[in-house]
Amino acid sequence: MALREVSSTEEFVKGLWRDNPVFVQVLGMCPALAVSNTAINALTMGLATTFVMLMAGLSVSVLRNWIPREARIVSYICIIATFVTSVDYIIMAISLELHRSLGAFIALIVVNCLILGRAEAFASKRGPGRVTLDALGMGAGFTFALLFIGVVREILGSGSLFGVELFPDGFQTWTIMVLPSGGFFAMAIWLLLVNWIKDREAKALQRATEAGS
Amino acid sequence: MSDASHWSIFLNAALVNNFVLAYFLGICPFFGVSARLETAVRMGGAVSFVMLVASVCAFSINLLLEAVGAPYLRIISYILVIASTVQLVEMLMRKLSPPTFRAMGIYLPLITTNCAILGLALFQTNKGYGFTQAVVYSLGAGAGFALALVLMAGVREKLDLANVPKLVQGTAAALIIAGILSMSFMGFAGLGR
Repeated sequence: MALREVSSTEEFVKGLWRDNPVFVQVLGMCPALAVSNTAINALTMGLATTFVMLMAGLSVSVLRNWIPREARIVSYICIIATFVTSVDYIIMAISLELHRSLGAFIALIVVNCLILGRAEAFASKRGPGRVTLDALGMGAGFTFALLFIGVVREILGSGSLFGVELFPDGFQTWTIMVLPSGGFFAMAIWLLLVNWIKDREAKALQRATEAGS
Repeated sequence: MSDASHWSIFLNAALVNNFVLAYFLGICPFFGVSARLETAVRMGGAVSFVMLVASVCAFSINLLLEAVGAPYLRIISYILVIASTVQLVEMLMRKLSPPTFRAMGIYLPLITTNCAILGLALFQTNKGYGFTQAVVYSLGAGAGFALALVLMAGVREKLDLANVPKLVQGTAAALIIAGILSMSFMGFAGLGR
């Protein structure tokens, strides 16, 4: 991560595209693939992860001068686990059905390398304001990525979006997309698209520099 | 207490609901160390071992937590106890058996925060397995993880010789292979339960 001072907007926006946690850094893939079989699951997971990342990031940032370096990873894990437990119970209180369909994957936010990575690389060095922006940006990037995968899988696999039927009866659903392998394929397709766009950008930039020199 | 037979628990964890290919747990090491067959075998061994340790730990912690009536401490205590036990085992292994330590040493610390381990602990609790069932479940999950890793490494070693378009190389290719592997594992559906 670049340590130069960046503007607040850039701090937020970088998580959306340039350093997108799922498509560019390829972190936190387990939940991205596991719960993205429907759009609503993907959205819940994204929001839950964002919440945990924000709260854990703020706590780490506020406590960063009191946490001894040697014990920092353990402390971060404790902080993260506390917020994950609360999210687990909050989702259970809001919708039991949703909690059931997400299963153990909410609890598994604890070991999402994205959150620990942000705590270690970013929140332990910056003030709460920056950390909030960063966590919101990264969380939004994560949520969008999950939502993209979830939307593709739900439309193709169940013929619906957020539970609303999209197609007339004759539509043959691609059952494979709701099955585990569909997660791998949908993610691979999005990754290819992102790679392609990045590749084009890089080439355009190269051409521009060549023309300029 | 679940009444599933040990054999069906094992088959279920190893093949039908393979941790990597059906539950997407432990994807990071799955892609990270599956480039060479030899490292894949070692990693598989190390993960299986940690899973066994974690499963025994999780079973005892769960008993303790139920006894004091504090299930909300489950996530935090699982991850802490598993992480510290693995550290302890790592130190013991370094003293007692240096060759084994060298073979799986570098992977052990990485594995502690692998979601497959915590996932295993949580699943066995949710399913209400007894002690021997939990141990068999962890052995099956470990075997399944190792199998997926070795298969993946085999395919990726072959892929090195193939002419893959630049755009697809790396993670995208790995994802597509994993998708196809996962599809072939669907053939096991119906075995066990």
